[in-house]
Amino acid sequence: MSGRTTRASQPTEDEIKELILKLQALLPQLNHRPNTKASASTILEETCSYIKRLHKEVGDLSQRLSQLLHDSAEFVEVDEELITRLLSNIN
Amino acid sequence: MNSQHSSSRPNSSSLKSRFTLGFLRALKRLNRQPSSSSSSQPQTVSSPREMCRRYLRIRIAADASMASAVGSRRAWSRALLLKIRSRQSRSSNSSARRVSMKKKCLGEKIKKKKKLKCCKEIKKLRKFVPGGEAMDACSLLDEAGHYIRCLNTQVKVMTRIVDNYSAN
Repeated sequence: MSGRTTRASQPTEDEIKELILKLQALLPQLNHRPNTKASASTILEETCSYIKRLHKEVGDLSQRLSQLLHDSAEFVEVDEELITRLLSNIN
Repeated sequence: MNSQHSSSRPNSSSLKSRFTLGFLRALKRLNRQPSSSSSSQPQTVSSPREMCRRYLRIRIAADASMASAVGSRRAWSRALLLKIRSRQSRSSNSSARRVSMKKKCLGEKIKKKKKLKCCKEIKKLRKFVPGGEAMDACSLLDEAGHYIRCLNTQVKVMTRIVDNYSAN
């Protein structure tokens, strides 16, 4: 995807806009409303808050995991079956 | 969900599986580590400090597994791995500081080149993407996109793992 290795010292506004549009496609909040006229600054702000939210989710999951691992004395061995099961449910 | 993503690569689950495998192995290693008390009986009450330490180890393992699964292809994963490794080697404090200072200088140099429209927001985004301080605007936006996709994968896999172990 990032096959562009253009070492242009001055990125054009169009290039920036294109990349920002790509970001917009990843953000769930902005895709709820079919408003394609979200400003660049809005998209960037949403990106920041989305990353922040994802960080927090990872933190919460880590907390729960640490509690789970502490509570259960035994830990299931890493095996193919477990991983296949885990991955098959993720789309 | 990301049907585009899966069609571009025949094995779109390779990143997921690498992360899952790496993370589960790390968890297993963490679980094997002896706690502060050498007794084998599980402690029902642990000090806040111990809990914090456990949480941090898991958090770091999650980030390290994710960055390792991505490999050195991406600037953010390289930056994240570097950060984790420099933290772990606490004996070489001075080198870690030097690295962070280098990055700051580079970021400032790039900023002076051109003033962008959304300069303020881009500056804010730099702090959220690992290694963002040293990237130019285009790379930052590109890396941010990939980083978000990987974070999503991380959350999904970890949720699955938590669900799996809460059910048992």
